[in-house]
Amino acid sequence: MKPPAFLLRTIEMSKEEIDEVTGVSTTGHEWDGIKELNNPMPRWWVRTFYATIIWGIAYTIAMPAWPMVESATKGVLGYSSRAELRAELDEATATQASRRTAIKEKSLNEILADDELRRFAISAGSAAFKVNCSQCHGSGAQGSPGYPNLNDDDWLWGGDIKSIYQSIAHGIRFNGDPDTRISEMPAFAGVLEDKQIKEVAAYVASLSNTSSDPALVEPGKVVYEENCAACHGDGGQGGRDMGAPNLVDAIWFYGASEAEIAAQVRAPKHGAMPAWLGRLGETTVKELAVYVHSLGGGEE
Amino acid sequence: MLNPAEIEKLDVEAVNSASNRQPLYVARRKIHPKRASGNFRQLKWIVMAITLGIYYLTPWLRWDRGPHAPDQAVLVDLAHGRFYFFFIEIWPQELFYVAGLLVMAGIGLFLLTSTIGRAWCGYTCPQTVWVDLFLVVERAIEGDRNARIKLDQAPMSFRKLGLRLTKHMSWLLIAVATGGAWIFYFADAPTLFRDFFTGQAAPVAYITVAILTATTYTFGGLMREQVCIYMCPWPRIQAAMLDENSLTVTYNDWRGEPRSRHTKKAVAAGERNGDCVDCNACVAVCPMGIDIRDGQQLACITCALCIDACDGVMDKLHKERGLISYATFRDYDANMALATVGGTTPIDPARVRGSDGRFVPGIADFNWRSVLRLRTLIYVTIWTLIGLIMLYALLTRDRLEVNVLRDRNPQYVILSDGSVRNGYTVKLLNMIPQPRTITLRLEGLPGASMSVSGHHTGPEERSVNVPVEPDRLRALKVFVRQPADQAHPERQTFRFVVEDKVNQETSAYTATFNAPGEHK
Repeated sequence: MKPPAFLLRTIEMSKEEIDEVTGVSTTGHEWDGIKELNNPMPRWWVRTFYATIIWGIAYTIAMPAWPMVESATKGVLGYSSRAELRAELDEATATQASRRTAIKEKSLNEILADDELRRFAISAGSAAFKVNCSQCHGSGAQGSPGYPNLNDDDWLWGGDIKSIYQSIAHGIRFNGDPDTRISEMPAFAGVLEDKQIKEVAAYVASLSNTSSDPALVEPGKVVYEENCAACHGDGGQGGRDMGAPNLVDAIWFYGASEAEIAAQVRAPKHGAMPAWLGRLGETTVKELAVYVHSLGGGEE
Repeated sequence: MLNPAEIEKLDVEAVNSASNRQPLYVARRKIHPKRASGNFRQLKWIVMAITLGIYYLTPWLRWDRGPHAPDQAVLVDLAHGRFYFFFIEIWPQELFYVAGLLVMAGIGLFLLTSTIGRAWCGYTCPQTVWVDLFLVVERAIEGDRNARIKLDQAPMSFRKLGLRLTKHMSWLLIAVATGGAWIFYFADAPTLFRDFFTGQAAPVAYITVAILTATTYTFGGLMREQVCIYMCPWPRIQAAMLDENSLTVTYNDWRGEPRSRHTKKAVAAGERNGDCVDCNACVAVCPMGIDIRDGQQLACITCALCIDACDGVMDKLHKERGLISYATFRDYDANMALATVGGTTPIDPARVRGSDGRFVPGIADFNWRSVLRLRTLIYVTIWTLIGLIMLYALLTRDRLEVNVLRDRNPQYVILSDGSVRNGYTVKLLNMIPQPRTITLRLEGLPGASMSVSGHHTGPEERSVNVPVEPDRLRALKVFVRQPADQAHPERQTFRFVVEDKVNQETSAYTATFNAPGEHK
């Protein structure tokens, strides 16, 4: 009986054939009369190749590799990139530990006086600001209408380090914190006539050297003194005790035009800021306060 | 005077000559270079001593820079981004000096190659120097060529095992020393030396030593000439660098051919032979395994050991030295033209030597004046020019610098009194190893004042003194404020000027000041 074709081929291959021209044996592989010479790869190369195969198998056993239905094989070494990240984060936290402890224990003024600690707090505060505060105040803390710019030197509730800390820690008009800063300007829409509101708006606008109709400013001054001076002060310089804005300066929270001022007199808008002490903890709030204080408007 | 037949004919095959070279997948055939002696061997010993001396000893040289900088003469301080070279200190942004040095090295190599051929390969290349060193060790332990061949062929015995172990351990020791010396360029050598042997050095130090030990041992001990023939690009490039006036190691076949060991018989038969007695001494000493008599070839590193070997034989025969010599293609071609009839006939010794045995007049010899030619002069000019420019730049460079980054978010801030404020990060670079007090001041920008965060300044200051640590950069947060009545609607430029009043050094940075412009 004749052996099957594949066996025949194997048998033929087992006979070594020497190529006449080169004197090199052939592999027995033949395509259209062209035979392959048996010039094997160098041994070091072949060994390296086998070593990579063995390494590859060992690697898939040792490390997470094979995809299964739900997840992948875990690997006997138990490696995971999440665990590695966690370890790295723990390590980073550990390296910061001594400084963060110092920030927690020292007073705000002591932190400001310590150059190294201050710089660390500014960096940490900057990072915390980007995550927690930039949504309203902007990534550069430049604010927007209704959200204060923290770079300038105009502060509703005070710009020294302790006042800034107080504002961040307990928030402004935040119901969840009993120590929150509270103030509310009444709506004058029902109290004053529309004409009076226009007059007082003209007067307030004139306080910061904006040209206004003198015919409105004179009576507006009277309206102001009767209704507004109690909180905003006789000269319009505002009051930080109750967060009353300074009306003399160049910075306007809800717009500087007479129409915008009038709208604020009729039905004032009030912003609110959450209290952060409970959420971020004392150390981070201190870092935030130092960062905001460093932006250029911080007061002594 | 010896009879040519009395000169021992060495049984040696030039395994790497073009006719003998095996296909790439065939195992390498080992070369057993014989010891050579002569002028060039002497020169190579001297070059080896100098190059190895420079490599191993440089990190141990000290250079006093005062208390604020390391006292190692040559130090690449990667951790702090500083490079110290005797009186020069380079910061990362000045790395172009190193690039300039590399350009000079490249042009120097061109100059060298166009005049004295592959002298770099033959004398100073680390591969050549270390292979030479490894060969000396091998020879000291296993003996010269014949002894080594015998040992290779002998079956394994205690003696062979002992010799092999001694050799490889010695090689490894050299390799460890080589790798070890490298790391001392990157840290304080005495400290690192102590730390290295007490196990306290950084892991990267041990890894570097391990890698360089492996490469030195493999390249110098095991691979040797294969590195030059198969791995190195320079033999390929040098073919383009040589010209007819470049010196190469040349077998002067115009006086050597026809080669014969039986001159007496030939003379008796009325024939004349060339000077080559076919003793194979030039092949036996060749560390590259080639036969120089095949002509100029890629594998030849021009180590000139064949010249020494051949000169020795010529001395014994009382013939002129220089059958193998450094010669230019031009001279060689001229002499070949003399020895043959227009290159069409075989070499005829009678055409170059008179009947008195002396060379006929008109034999071209090397003339040093051929070194001076347009090409080499251009190389020298470029090389010198780059060197002078670098020297000038180095001597006049700033050691006090100021870099400014303007705040982009926000671009500007309006303050309650209507004035405009811009923020800047100002970096003061004190590039000398002494502490300095640097004065930072504004120039331009009418009415403007500045304040430095964390630094108590008065409200209307236009200049501030800042102490900066030695050899350090200090970053300052600076706020510049311009009053409303002086404000300009357009963007303005002004200068931050830094000054070291003690050393009379000044530097400046032109910055821009943004204002709300038309929106105001």
